[in-house]
Amino acid sequence: MLVFEKSRPGRGCSMLPACDVEIVLPKEKDKRELALHMPELSENELSRHYTELAKKSHGVNDGFYPLGSCTMKYNPKINEDMAALPGFTEVHPLQPAHTVQGCMEVMKETEEYLCEITGMDHMTFQPAAGAHGEFTGLLLIKAYHESRGDKKRTKIIVPDSAHGTNPASAVMAGYSVVSIPSGEDGCVDLEKLRAVAGDDIAGLMLTNPNTVGLFDKNILEITNIVHGCGGLCYYDGANLNAVMGTVRPGDMGFDVIHLNLHKTFSTPHGGGGPGSGPVGCKECLTEFLPSVLVEGEETLSFVKSEHSIGEMKSFYGNFLVVVRALTYLKTLGREGIPKASQNAVLNANYMMNKLKDLYTMAYDEVCMHEFVMSLSDLKKKTGVSAMDIAKGLLDNGIHPPTMYFPLIVDEALMVEPTETESRETLDEAIQVFRNLYEMAEKEAESLHAAPVTTPVTRLDEVGAARHPVLRYQFS
Amino acid sequence: MELREGLLYSKSHEWVKEEDGVAIIGLTDFAQSELGDLVFVNLPEEGDEVTVGEAFADVESVKAVSDVYSPVSGTVSEVNEELLDAPESINEAPYDAWFVKVTDITDKEELLTAEEYQAFVESEQE
Amino acid sequence: MGNYIPNTENEQSQMLSEIGFQSMEELFGHIPDEVKVKDGLNIPEGMSELEVRKSMQKIAGKNRVFETIFRGAGAYRHFIPSIVKSVISKENLLTAYTPYQAEISQGILQSIFEYQTMICDLTGMDTSNASVYDGATAAAEGIAMCKERKRKKAMISATVLPYVLETVKTYCFGNGMELVVIPEKDGVTDVEFLKENIDKETACVYIQHPNYYGNLEDAENIGNIVHEAGAKYIMGVNPISLGALKTPREYGADVAVGDGQPLGLSIAFGGPYLGFMACVEGMTRKLPGRIVGQTVDHNGKTGYVLTLQAREQHIRREKASSNVCSNQALCALAVSVYMAAMGNEGLANAAIQSTSKAHYLAAELEKIGFAVENKTDFFHEFVTKSETPAETALKALEEQGILGGYPLDDHRILWCCTEVNSKEEMDAVVRILKEV
Repeated sequence: MLVFEKSRPGRGCSMLPACDVEIVLPKEKDKRELALHMPELSENELSRHYTELAKKSHGVNDGFYPLGSCTMKYNPKINEDMAALPGFTEVHPLQPAHTVQGCMEVMKETEEYLCEITGMDHMTFQPAAGAHGEFTGLLLIKAYHESRGDKKRTKIIVPDSAHGTNPASAVMAGYSVVSIPSGEDGCVDLEKLRAVAGDDIAGLMLTNPNTVGLFDKNILEITNIVHGCGGLCYYDGANLNAVMGTVRPGDMGFDVIHLNLHKTFSTPHGGGGPGSGPVGCKECLTEFLPSVLVEGEETLSFVKSEHSIGEMKSFYGNFLVVVRALTYLKTLGREGIPKASQNAVLNANYMMNKLKDLYTMAYDEVCMHEFVMSLSDLKKKTGVSAMDIAKGLLDNGIHPPTMYFPLIVDEALMVEPTETESRETLDEAIQVFRNLYEMAEKEAESLHAAPVTTPVTRLDEVGAARHPVLRYQFS
Repeated sequence: MELREGLLYSKSHEWVKEEDGVAIIGLTDFAQSELGDLVFVNLPEEGDEVTVGEAFADVESVKAVSDVYSPVSGTVSEVNEELLDAPESINEAPYDAWFVKVTDITDKEELLTAEEYQAFVESEQE
Repeated sequence: MGNYIPNTENEQSQMLSEIGFQSMEELFGHIPDEVKVKDGLNIPEGMSELEVRKSMQKIAGKNRVFETIFRGAGAYRHFIPSIVKSVISKENLLTAYTPYQAEISQGILQSIFEYQTMICDLTGMDTSNASVYDGATAAAEGIAMCKERKRKKAMISATVLPYVLETVKTYCFGNGMELVVIPEKDGVTDVEFLKENIDKETACVYIQHPNYYGNLEDAENIGNIVHEAGAKYIMGVNPISLGALKTPREYGADVAVGDGQPLGLSIAFGGPYLGFMACVEGMTRKLPGRIVGQTVDHNGKTGYVLTLQAREQHIRREKASSNVCSNQALCALAVSVYMAAMGNEGLANAAIQSTSKAHYLAAELEKIGFAVENKTDFFHEFVTKSETPAETALKALEEQGILGGYPLDDHRILWCCTEVNSKEEMDAVVRILKEV
């Protein structure tokens, strides 16, 4: 039941005292006429309502969450405590600099950690999410070329395996997209790249390891080719969990990157946000960074470049998310960062190896932090699709991967266990996948009907899109 | 797979009916069954130019978007607004659910007869 | 050093050998040596939880938390009911992913559906999305969604929050929309300029109401001018103010956006906040970002699902109208809990108290030489001009633990009052400033 349906006139919570000054109302011409229909419930009814909703949700804290490309790792509790300190939550963003030295220190220290981990020179925390960071990075590239009078660079190269935000961000930045097909091995086809690398190319967007979980060994050649034609290289940091501490994007030839703090750096997903998508860059792009940077030793201050692209949003970014990430960075430190990515890769290869006798792996080689299975053969044999297996996972308490990603593999199921899972959890999950395979062969019907143990069964998404009902209507 | 006589077919799965210099365009039965339940259509406007071989509209299912290509070059004279309210009619009666009418036709691609189209689709499926 | 890795070194070795590797180095052996980090990262060693806690608390201790705040300018300290924190700390909600798998995410989806309903109710609009990053990006996305093939120019008032104007400019640097800034006149939008410069290439006009200086704009009149030119009308609004002020719908807006931070989110040095976006029925498919819809399952049971996804980047890719992926889900949840806990009366009360207290403070400050500049009606923010330098006045307040208004220049201060400010606090401000 919706909260509005539980509402009863006259009920409510007592939140505010009476006004202690003379009441002043807006004039008639500006007064609200439309009635408000906010729910009227007592606090305990309200609390139970949200507890009910929480019971119908499933987080990393509830179980294994091997979503490919999302890095659903454990969200440490200390991060939440630190992000709740009044010294961080009760500070106004426009307080004088000498009263927010702590906030500035958070930004400066996190910048230092992340620049070292990624091989960048500077970093802004203003972008609020990965896609926002991509847009920012592309604007940096645009500003760079325009500052050099180079106006003919109108295109961005994006592999066809890329996450949808890549081409969408390129278009938002005013570029057109040149899509290059991936080779049979899932990696960038060097010949196709050379063919499009001309003087109308502003840059390349790439992630390494790529979206099918493979490390592209030709990476130095790739970034060389793009630099050779005068373009810049953008790194989508979504897959950094595979390589942090072992490889740095800056050493692979990338000029600008974004990170997803809500993926690699353990901040919680919150049901879809808030995230944080800091953008790091090499010196050649620093002058174009949006927002401010923190400078100083004893006394910190904000500085803004006169060639800055401007502002990506208000203030300095999702500050409390950065606080969580810094807490995590301090916890892991010098040895913990590489250990995390090593175990992420180990766990993925472990699962892949124990499933490859049954499931078809899209690429038959060592994977990084995630691997892709293609259920195309299974579908032909039994009629059971990747979607059906995904729904079957739900009935076993495992949150399935997003369908359908990546698009270049037919009937793809992408699995990313992360380093924060124990061997037993992995073994149990492997058994679930094996059982589902058997079910597909023996009782495909039951998988078509899955899920059955969840609060609702498969939903009519066609009806939802054809006749959208996007709000409750008050009579 | 349903076909209708008297129509011509493109290799990108559109049907065309020509009447007095006006080309009426829609999606074939094969196309609609491949696309699945359609939930929305994005149509051009009257007066827009269309070019042979280029996308002039798109159709959305829940999980995907597909371009619809024009078999002719010309000007859009009429748009079937009913499709906007009832995209399911493309699934239910694809040969009645026309998208646009095009006049001032300056170019046409090589179109197939019903039999040729059927053979083409069957060969693709192997 | 903590690392949240359950498997011990021994277990890791065992797993490695089971899949045919002797060491982690071997597992990473396929990565070219030229790109590998050589002597480890130059960052501090990891710490135990106790040490991390001390370190972060020390940093937090370097910030000054003001008991009393009279500063707004885009970040507003309002009362936040305790139940808000209680709900957003629930781990099933906090640690959940985006609700793409609807069957297991009904809790999140229903909470977003409720949020969308409340935003529509608050603004008077027909459809709301599930939120975007903040009010400034909501403004930029709102302008972008009005773009049409023959209308690519946007007009925005100079009286909006500076961050909103800057963000919109940055977004237009990207999408190539021409931006015309309508100048300020007497603290509000210059309506004459608007009338003379709006044309048939104008896609939309954006104003903020109340504006940066707290002033109420001539919103209805502006709306008529905009519609007569065939353009779309976007209003950036303060959500608390809608507890007492006319809704964007009633002024004729096509799109309503704003920052939801005042509705239950701490000021938190600027983020995370929340951008809400709502529009009239006809523009629903132009809204960027996620939207939740109601539907039924196989057994006819009501359920909720992300819908109209074919607008979004993961499907349309380069043809998407926006690249937005993550939203501010947990913040949207906080905002809905706030609105539910405050209820109709609480919201109206918060609004009326905010404006009443601002008027009280303004009148009192006027008496001691801080002349109120606002010529039209204002809501809960106002500007004073004084002989006394702003810096001097604010320093005196700071010494007494009060964060005064925001200095606009050497002699002008932008003050803000909310329901949290008491009469005693306001009298204290007057008392202190009298001595300066």
